[in-house]
Amino acid sequence: MADIQKLEQIASQVRRDIIRQVSDAQSGHPGGSLGCTDLIVALYFDAMEHDPSFNMDGKGEDMFYLSNGHISPVWYSVLARSGYFPVSELATFRQINSRLQGHPTTHEGLPGVRTASGSLGQGMSVAIGAALAKRLDNDNHLVYCLMGDGEQEEGQIWEAVMFAAHNKVDNLIAVCDRNNQQIDGSLDEVMDLGDLGKKYAEFGWEVLRMDGNNMAEVVDTLAKAKSMAGQGKPIFIDMKTEMGKGVDYMEGTHKWHGKAPDAELTAKALDQLEETLGDY
Amino acid sequence: MLDNIQSTGKKATRDGFGAGIDAISAENDQVVVLTADLAGSLKIQNFIDNYPERYFQVGIAEANMMGIAAGLANAGKIPYTTTFANFSTGRVYDQIRQSIAYSHKNVKICASHAGLTLGEDGATHQILEDIGMMRMLPGMTVINPCDYHQTKAAAIAIAKHHGPVYLRFGRPGWPMFTEDMPFEIGKALTMAEGTDVSIFATGHMVWQAVEAAKELAKEGISVELINIHTIKPLDEEAVLASARKTGCMVTCEEHNRYGGLGEAIAQVLTANHPTPQEFVAVNDTFGESGKPADLLDKYGLSVVDVVAAAKRAVARK
Repeated sequence: MADIQKLEQIASQVRRDIIRQVSDAQSGHPGGSLGCTDLIVALYFDAMEHDPSFNMDGKGEDMFYLSNGHISPVWYSVLARSGYFPVSELATFRQINSRLQGHPTTHEGLPGVRTASGSLGQGMSVAIGAALAKRLDNDNHLVYCLMGDGEQEEGQIWEAVMFAAHNKVDNLIAVCDRNNQQIDGSLDEVMDLGDLGKKYAEFGWEVLRMDGNNMAEVVDTLAKAKSMAGQGKPIFIDMKTEMGKGVDYMEGTHKWHGKAPDAELTAKALDQLEETLGDY
Repeated sequence: MLDNIQSTGKKATRDGFGAGIDAISAENDQVVVLTADLAGSLKIQNFIDNYPERYFQVGIAEANMMGIAAGLANAGKIPYTTTFANFSTGRVYDQIRQSIAYSHKNVKICASHAGLTLGEDGATHQILEDIGMMRMLPGMTVINPCDYHQTKAAAIAIAKHHGPVYLRFGRPGWPMFTEDMPFEIGKALTMAEGTDVSIFATGHMVWQAVEAAKELAKEGISVELINIHTIKPLDEEAVLASARKTGCMVTCEEHNRYGGLGEAIAQVLTANHPTPQEFVAVNDTFGESGKPADLLDKYGLSVVDVVAAAKRAVARK
């Protein structure tokens, strides 16, 4: 049984890390990072079997691919808090000579990252390749992939959706962050996705839905998704989140998609987020 | 030496690729092959029959193919992606750039039907910019073998080379003449030594250069003929040694004059040993439908064009 309260405490610290990274760099993407914090924490601290000593090939462990690479601050924080690299390194986010590039990459050798992302729409294809390799190697661990909802507008995703269903890639759990915000406005205005879960279901996927900002629900849904693996269908989780979750003035707007708070607003944000594991 | 270079018949370079896949897949069980609805054109049917579990048909979805290949490579597989050169490069440049090149993935991008000699399908498919695009990617190895045997050797060799590779070959039957010659990635192959002019050729144009060198010999012009199958990393020592020896250069490629072998060699010469250079390449235009030989004539890639370029180069010394 997962300790929900403990996961929530970790999430609070991760949200602090996000604000501090973006604030220090005066650059980065806090909104989506805060919205996806509960999922990434639940994955790394509960759902996934993974080894922080990090092996690129991921054999014998679950793997995670972040397709919407701009929410790197949440991933970096969770990787550091999981032991992939020193937490102090979060202070180098987006600075010159850092392994913590604006968008995640293997180029500087950051443990935990297996493929660069940032240019949208590519992560699910890579995750499928990793899942196929696990099948070839008789490794029954799972591959997880997180995508954004605006990213669903990229055609490559639908190539991947078709492929995964046709080829019964049933060791893949793909999650879409449905915060309904993209840079130029809400998805309703820019490109309405309609009932996304229904679309995935029509393509032949198993579909689950969850409130991505309710830790207990995230933990339960991930457990359910895992139990559905290996049954001939890839699994999709339509995850509703609040962009900017946990910082009142960042919630409910796309204004903080890719904008850093100033000193005053940084202090205001940190006042709302309990320091549970010690700041870096 | 030049007289010893004889064609033993014609086979397509893509058939050489298929033969190479057969050989390396039997030897290395980490080799996996993906295709985007072009298994027949890329000659991988034997592989599909022998190793169905290591074969991935992705349908007409090249972007997805590149991403899947990157993911397979993460787990230690050696993925070969197979489609036409146009769909292997321009169509999926960003996928290659981010998921493969920038991410250092051990993916082999195998591209048939490159250049004008694709023939009748016309300019939509006759890519003449692919070498340039792939050369520009940091860490990408770019190989354009010249005949069946060299393509087979290259298809085998790239599995033993760790890192992303672009392997470019073609559609038509083409003279075979390298059966007993060595192949080493990054190492230029001297096919004939000479003193008056250096001809550096890649891909199908190597045979054109062989015929041109024989013509030039009849006129008393001694050609140093060098096959550059690996355009990146370029064998700079071979380029400079030959340029110092002959004092002038011709480069031959089935590619736009921008971005390809000629430009790569010019950069080496300009920085180290400025040398008169003539370019046999497509002059910044798209191709069209037609028979391969007719297209090579029309777009300035015939044996006559190579001979004329060599004479111009010699005259500039």
